[in-house]
Amino acid sequence: MILVVLPAHLRTLAKVNGDVQLEIQGCATQRAVLDALESRYPMLRGTIRDRVTLERRPFLRFFACEEDLSFASPDAPLPEAVASGKEPFFIIGAIAGG
Amino acid sequence: MSSVRVLVGTRKGAFVLSADGKRERWDVSGPHFAGWEIYHMKGSPADPNRLYGSQSTGWFGQLIQRSNDGGKSWEPVGNKFAYDGVPGTHKWYDGTPHPWEFKRVWHLEPSLTDPDTVYAGVEDAALFRSTDGATTWQELPGLRGHGTGSSWQPGAGGLCLHTIILDPSNPERIYIAISAAGAFRTDDGAKTWKPINHGLHSQYIPDPDAEVGHCVHHVAMHRAHPEVLYMQKHWDVMRSDNAGDSWQEVSGNLPTDFGFAIDVHAHEPKTIYVVPIKSDSEHFPPDGKLRVYRSRAGGNEWEALTRGLPQRDCYVNVLRDAMAVDTLDSCGVYFGTTGGQVYASPDAGENWTPIVRDLPAVLSVEVQTLS
Repeated sequence: MILVVLPAHLRTLAKVNGDVQLEIQGCATQRAVLDALESRYPMLRGTIRDRVTLERRPFLRFFACEEDLSFASPDAPLPEAVASGKEPFFIIGAIAGG
Repeated sequence: MSSVRVLVGTRKGAFVLSADGKRERWDVSGPHFAGWEIYHMKGSPADPNRLYGSQSTGWFGQLIQRSNDGGKSWEPVGNKFAYDGVPGTHKWYDGTPHPWEFKRVWHLEPSLTDPDTVYAGVEDAALFRSTDGATTWQELPGLRGHGTGSSWQPGAGGLCLHTIILDPSNPERIYIAISAAGAFRTDDGAKTWKPINHGLHSQYIPDPDAEVGHCVHHVAMHRAHPEVLYMQKHWDVMRSDNAGDSWQEVSGNLPTDFGFAIDVHAHEPKTIYVVPIKSDSEHFPPDGKLRVYRSRAGGNEWEALTRGLPQRDCYVNVLRDAMAVDTLDSCGVYFGTTGGQVYASPDAGENWTPIVRDLPAVLSVEVQTLS
């Protein structure tokens, strides 16, 4: 089980109140997490990754275990603490605008 | 009794304003999609309860919302806008080739006859169509592929397809406009297109009379005279009497012919409205006076409509999709400002009152007349 923390606007869009728990088959990677997230909440397609290229949207970041994983390969294994559900996988909207 | 529903898109959400046919007391619903930019909302002429909305932010990209109950509830639908084939390039601001990249939907135009068919004008400029209620989208590639697409260059607001007009007398004919490419027309259901910019003169481009490259801000048409088009260009108000084959300037006595919005009276095909804006670097009305100008002669001769509008210290803008009319016997005219006001005139522009004063900056206003 993997715990995903969504930004407030995406929680509203997906109609979830808190964090999201996902079961991942096989190796827990960014791609696997996002595939599972979008499968359960189709309305999130295109909001985190580009709808066509599947690249991370530029004003979003992926954090976990006090590290910025945004530029890691989407197929790299996530930290064990994330894969085991001990630490959440954060999807963060950039704080910008002054 | 008839009623009116005004669909308002703003920088931070959508609002639905409703009134009976007297248009005196208004109910304000919203914000829907709070915090998101709503570039445009529009209802289906074939089913007024079917609404479509374009929702986006720089953070989370583009969503399309659909309502089946007149805006009481909404559901996100398809948001995959994939260009047909290899997208190729258009010109960037510096003149170099730049890959076509989808950014957002500027305008949604529902079919005149089928609630499930809707067109989307997007940035970077292209025309998409859905025939399944906006669940899936397909590009109509004949527009970008007609020959001049590689020379299109963005305006300050981006390379946006912002105007879509469906000809009620000819289902095969569609007009679109792009900043800063110009106006285009298809006569075969969007298979092939041609630029319709003859007569436009733009001193700010290398060839002022070029076939494409003009910064068209908005185009309007009256249903009863679909061959007559009115255009607010970056500078100049223009009219075409032959479906865009040629244009003549009708700016006449306007205090400035820069502006964004233009619309036509519901029952008088030669009565048109614009909101003159001082200049392209000062996006506010001249002299701090918010004035709608009306011509009853299809342009050239204009009168200022000011009753109820601020006549001092007003420095708002009225954007291209932020003016609309209703079809009640006494035609109502509506517009929204970047200051968050939505003004309504129930008597064709003689008298104005604000329906709301303090919304986020208004991006679009559309009106539905309900029976």
